[in-house]
Amino acid sequence: MDVTINGERRQVAPGTTVTEVVRSLTRAERGVAVALNDEVVPRAEWARTAVAADDRVDVLTAVQGG
Amino acid sequence: MTDTATAAGRPATGAGPDPLVIAGQEFDSRLIMGTGGAPSLHVLAEALRASGTEMTTVAMRRVDPGARGSVWDVLRENGIRALPNTAGCFTAVDALRTARLGREALETDWVKLEVVADERTLLPDPVELLDAAERLVDDGFTVLAYTNDDPVLARRLEQVGCAAVMPLGAPIGSGLGIRNPHNIELIVEEAGVPVILDAGIGTASEAALAMELGCDAVLLATAVTRAQEPVLMARAMRDAVSAGRLARRAGRIPVRRYAHASSPSAEK
Repeated sequence: MDVTINGERRQVAPGTTVTEVVRSLTRAERGVAVALNDEVVPRAEWARTAVAADDRVDVLTAVQGG
Repeated sequence: MTDTATAAGRPATGAGPDPLVIAGQEFDSRLIMGTGGAPSLHVLAEALRASGTEMTTVAMRRVDPGARGSVWDVLRENGIRALPNTAGCFTAVDALRTARLGREALETDWVKLEVVADERTLLPDPVELLDAAERLVDDGFTVLAYTNDDPVLARRLEQVGCAAVMPLGAPIGSGLGIRNPHNIELIVEEAGVPVILDAGIGTASEAALAMELGCDAVLLATAVTRAQEPVLMARAMRDAVSAGRLARRAGRIPVRRYAHASSPSAEK
């Protein structure tokens, strides 16, 4: 199924969790936050939150700024 | 540290401890740094150490799978508190979403709230800013609000529960210094929360001026990160903030139109 991850259209297997999406982008264990269709998904819920077709997943981290 | 150690280790300035207190949290350093614009994480780390800062802002952006090293790691390795900002937000709704992501990623409910009106000036949008401040406070954030040099807006931000107000000296990254010192003084006079001069600082004398005007702290990034020698400028800013604070506490002499002899008059 197709989902949008950090603005890019990608194919993932049905049942893919937020944890798996994060791991596909970064190995960082901390300092990362996820929004699923603009709503923050707390870290504790990543493993049990599956993405659905056409979901928008944004994986953010701290960068230089301000 | 005991009183004896203090007496032995420091010159007798009578200055005593003078922590910056924001939302009950004490800081020895009155220089808050930003991290934007540094040529490398290595230079940034050295500059942050030279600045003596204890709190430093970071922005939240999409993960770059190719990125090497992270600014958050630099801050943690140096024991510096990370202050996520909402840079790049134009509306209260954007700012709330970005703040929540920062809280989740960096495990802090402190946020530097920025809601700007346009890319060209990056000036705060007062209407969206006040709305955002109210929403963030309601959502449990400790809000440090980047604001215009407007005493009325600063008052309103304090009234909705901001933990600090951060008026600009001049637009972000401009290095124009403090364009309206009188307004900064008015904000300081009225404020019941810390006032942090944020944005516009270009060089050390301007950071000292902010403190002499009565600001509780200075927040700067570009002045250091884009200086020809960022580490040297970081040291300069550390000393300037410290000197400006001491001068403010010491109380400057009144300005006179004519000379006032500092030597006793000679009898001839």
